[in-house]
Amino acid sequence: MKLTSQALPASDAFKANRAAHLDALATIREAADWAAAGGGAGALERHLSRGKMAPRERVAGLLDPGAPFLEIGATAAHGLYDDAAPCAGVIAGIGRVQGQDVMVVANDATVKGGTYYPMTVKKHLRAQEIAEENHLPCIYLVDSGGANLPNQDEVFPDRDHFGRIFYNQARMSAKGIAQIAVVMGSCTAGGAYVPAMSDVTIIVKDQGTIFLAGPPLVKAATGEVVTAEDLGGGDVHTRLSGVADYLAEDDAHALALARRAVGHLNRAKPATVQWQSPEDPAYDPEEILGVVPADLRTPYDIREVIARLVDGSRFDEFKPRFGETIVTGFAHVKGCPVGIIANNGVLFSEAAQKAAHFIELCSSRNIPLVFLQNITGFMVGRKYENEGIARHGAKMVTAVASTNVPKITMLVGGSFGAGNYGMAGRAYSPRFLWSWPNSRISVMGGAQAAGVLATVKRDGIERRGGTWSPEEEAEFKRPTIEMFERQSHPLYASARLWDDGIIDPRNSRDVLALSLSAALNAPIEPTRFGVFRM
Amino acid sequence: MFSKILIANRGEIACRVIETARRMGVATVAVYSQADANAAHVALADEAIAIGGPAPKDSYLRGDAIINAALQTGAQAIHPGYGFLSENPDFVDAVVAAGLVFIGPSGDAIRAMGLKDAAKALMEQAGVPIVPGYMGTNQDADHLAAQADAIGYPVLIKAVAGGGGKGMRLVERAGDFADALASAQGEAQTAFANPAVLIEKYITSPRHIEVQVFGDGQRAVHLFERDCSLQRRHQKVIEEAPAPGMTPEMRDAMGQAATRAAEAIGYSGAGTVEFIIDGSDGLRPDRFWFMEMNTRLQVEHPVTEAITGIDLVEWQLRVASGEPLPATQDQLSITGHAFEARLYAEDVPAGFLPATGTLSHLQFAPDCRADTGVRAGDVISPWYDPMIAKIITHGPTRAIALGQLARALEQTQVAGTVTNLAFLARLARHEGFARGEVDTGLIAREIDSLAAAPPVPPAAQALAVIAAAGLWQGDASGFALWGALRRPVPFDPPAAIRVHGPGHIGVEIDGMTHDCVLAQDGWRVDGAKTGAAMQMDRDSVTIFMAGAHRFDIPDPLERGSSAETSDLTLAPMPGLVKSVFVTQGQNVSAGDRLAIMEAMKMEHTMLAARDGVVAEVLVVEGAQVEAGAALIRLEEEE
Repeated sequence: MKLTSQALPASDAFKANRAAHLDALATIREAADWAAAGGGAGALERHLSRGKMAPRERVAGLLDPGAPFLEIGATAAHGLYDDAAPCAGVIAGIGRVQGQDVMVVANDATVKGGTYYPMTVKKHLRAQEIAEENHLPCIYLVDSGGANLPNQDEVFPDRDHFGRIFYNQARMSAKGIAQIAVVMGSCTAGGAYVPAMSDVTIIVKDQGTIFLAGPPLVKAATGEVVTAEDLGGGDVHTRLSGVADYLAEDDAHALALARRAVGHLNRAKPATVQWQSPEDPAYDPEEILGVVPADLRTPYDIREVIARLVDGSRFDEFKPRFGETIVTGFAHVKGCPVGIIANNGVLFSEAAQKAAHFIELCSSRNIPLVFLQNITGFMVGRKYENEGIARHGAKMVTAVASTNVPKITMLVGGSFGAGNYGMAGRAYSPRFLWSWPNSRISVMGGAQAAGVLATVKRDGIERRGGTWSPEEEAEFKRPTIEMFERQSHPLYASARLWDDGIIDPRNSRDVLALSLSAALNAPIEPTRFGVFRM
Repeated sequence: MFSKILIANRGEIACRVIETARRMGVATVAVYSQADANAAHVALADEAIAIGGPAPKDSYLRGDAIINAALQTGAQAIHPGYGFLSENPDFVDAVVAAGLVFIGPSGDAIRAMGLKDAAKALMEQAGVPIVPGYMGTNQDADHLAAQADAIGYPVLIKAVAGGGGKGMRLVERAGDFADALASAQGEAQTAFANPAVLIEKYITSPRHIEVQVFGDGQRAVHLFERDCSLQRRHQKVIEEAPAPGMTPEMRDAMGQAATRAAEAIGYSGAGTVEFIIDGSDGLRPDRFWFMEMNTRLQVEHPVTEAITGIDLVEWQLRVASGEPLPATQDQLSITGHAFEARLYAEDVPAGFLPATGTLSHLQFAPDCRADTGVRAGDVISPWYDPMIAKIITHGPTRAIALGQLARALEQTQVAGTVTNLAFLARLARHEGFARGEVDTGLIAREIDSLAAAPPVPPAAQALAVIAAAGLWQGDASGFALWGALRRPVPFDPPAAIRVHGPGHIGVEIDGMTHDCVLAQDGWRVDGAKTGAAMQMDRDSVTIFMAGAHRFDIPDPLERGSSAETSDLTLAPMPGLVKSVFVTQGQNVSAGDRLAIMEAMKMEHTMLAARDGVVAEVLVVEGAQVEAGAALIRLEEEE
């Protein structure tokens, strides 16, 4: 039952793989560091000079010392808006406060005053979605000028725009998912509803302001001249208006008050799964970088990865002799039971049926599912279409879509075409979706896409009696290939929040464990499957 | 031998007596006040009887209750310990009248030594040298001033009925005499209801050497000397035996003088004859003078036990039960050298203010004798002497014994209250003291360097931050996707940590970053082994690492504005409210006396911090208060 690795750490291939992965990681780390620096040194200095804490220190100061912080969207908005919104101007993630998992959403006022770009809204809403699905209390560290006005059309009007934030607050509050706001700076216009819609609100003296319209707008509208503090400062809101509940002396005090508020939530994690004592894998997760080929097209045994993720490298593989291009089985990750579904080649009908079977098993046993996605798609061709691969694929997709056990998806390689659906891609609402730096995501491979377009083009040219030289064809294909390369890169994907973040593959076990721990804050509802096309 | 005795005391001495009694097969009865219901001596004794309230006058000074307890439990004898009723002749008489044995001298012997002037006269008759001075009954100020002139300045004015430094004044010049006299008389009147004073020559390089004597009512032997010169305001700090620089001639002369003194009053049991020595020219047989005799077992008796190998409490019990002296003078000898340091709960940098607290952690060094009456978890209450323990070491030479003492002090771990450990350890490492340059003025001369808050090792501070963050166990991962978060930690000075992984934390404090790694043998800071231990209390953490380093942990929720407290005058230490000088509605100016508190035999005056009107007096005279208790409230400033 314990997996046995065939990897040869001293081999050239292993070393070359590792070097390539480290190279890819360096690119991601650079992007993450840039995002973490927010609006940069100058903006941070101005921020600190007002007596405020640095945005990331606010988050850290809220959390239990030494507690893990599972950041989401760490490179959101990378390369967007002319790089004006590092980290999308908002820090979000799951941390622990007084031993409880919580979702923290912290505006970074060093990024354009914390204003909401479209990706800021999307990230805020994604954080709320995670909180709602996993029953995580929300703590908003508010320091934002509200909607980014030049982008107002992409921020304000639609369903999943700014207004949805407050809708979510009300809906979560109704479900008993606590909403706590700490106003540490501006909180203007629509933003004023974040604290106002919260169950408990703390405001920092001489620093936090809440108003529907700031002094300039008030003056323009009514001629009244009023200071920000008199209009909506901490004193006003805790003494006169009642918009806030606690007046904090400064950021540190406000965070301490928020920690105390969490201490009074009176929540306990529901009993869901049968935990075991955690155990390290028998194989070092560090070796993941060597066992996974640098080139996505090189096949390898996904069990080499599983052996470096699960407790004791023990894996109870289910149906090992059937549908071998998908690997299914039971294991534990840091003590939490999981069912693992991992690609080991292209999907055939048998593999799809096996996966559907396994999902049913885990659903009936309340075992969370982990998808290790490295898929080029379902097998194509006459034989397969005729035997009904679409029917079998539909069974797998139905099972993935219907199950109510928590699903955690990790893109460890390619994520192409319908394989993405069957393996719990973003559209299938996994509780979390994480990407490795070597992963690529697109509707199909760039070369295939360019080939399809070139075939259509060549057909047209040849129909008109023209000719198309291989050079011309290559020149025609190049932009498509380049576009696919660019758009399938994890930084491109993560910038648009198609995932919850890119991770260091060596941290996969930690990330899985934290994702599972967060997910198990919500009870596991019984599953009712849709009609399987038998 | 008795089959059961009662110990009319508490704390370490009660425990000390019980241990010897137990070893001798004698059952023990403890008495206790309400404050001591769960004290160590009560737990240790075979039986225990409650004798009243926490104030000594309601319990440990209630002779009748104690005698009743003895009668009720069938104890045949009462051991008084030291302090409380140990030198109260009326109590001794009452014990004897009740048909019980008092383990100590007769009431008459105590009386003979009780009044200092009478005692000195008696000693002079017995041929014991006494300090030049005036001990007459004529208390006329001019007469006393003339006597002072005759003795020659500097002189010391002392209360006749005094003790513990009360009613004592040093006068350097004739011009200062009148004021000092009035002040000493006033203090003596308050303290002892007897304003009478005596005047004696003040010895500029004095040493305090005392001789342990033991009598059986007729005969007495001496068990050599102890040097108690390391004193602070007449409170002994470190004692040793034998005295450094002592010659056989001087020892013989002093020993003979001491046994003469004991035999002159028919002394029975353990006693101490204190001498003052002019050490300006080394120890010379013609430069010692009788000061007083303490008619009890002394706090510092263990150093004598260490060098003689004799259990003085055993001797006390044997002699009191009628046995002859267990040894003759020529059977007694000195082996090696011993030190004792008195470990107190007190705030040394704040002026040796007595402290209270719950001893959340208490661990003594393995290679020393620690006489203590408290255990981890016990409370140092404001009601009694805040002594935690006596640390005693014994080695073949003075240098070795002193080295052992320093090491034992450095290894002693106390948390939950401030202590004088750092002060004691510095004394034990003091170069002059190591050379045997001891005199009673040493501490006063070097008080600034000795009492200064010990420098905080940066490593201890870094570890305190880790403890304050709750990460001492080192199991927190601090996991983050792309780099450890910098987390501020409430601390003074402000600090921050980055948890890089389990057992690996970077601590930023004072502009430095310390790399802290948890290894098999504990935390390492910047690569250096610390061997540090930690005790976490409610609002402080103590790091034990070459001494104890206590750090307050600020509560991030405690952010009361300072304006609210400036109206209040707070007790700086636990103690007794001796006088209150103001009443409600009274106008006061900054610097006016508001009240006097007494603690550790010292008076502390509370002054008005600003001009104002007294809004409320929150205590009454005679109240016992904790440190930080509000005494006087002024009306809010306009």
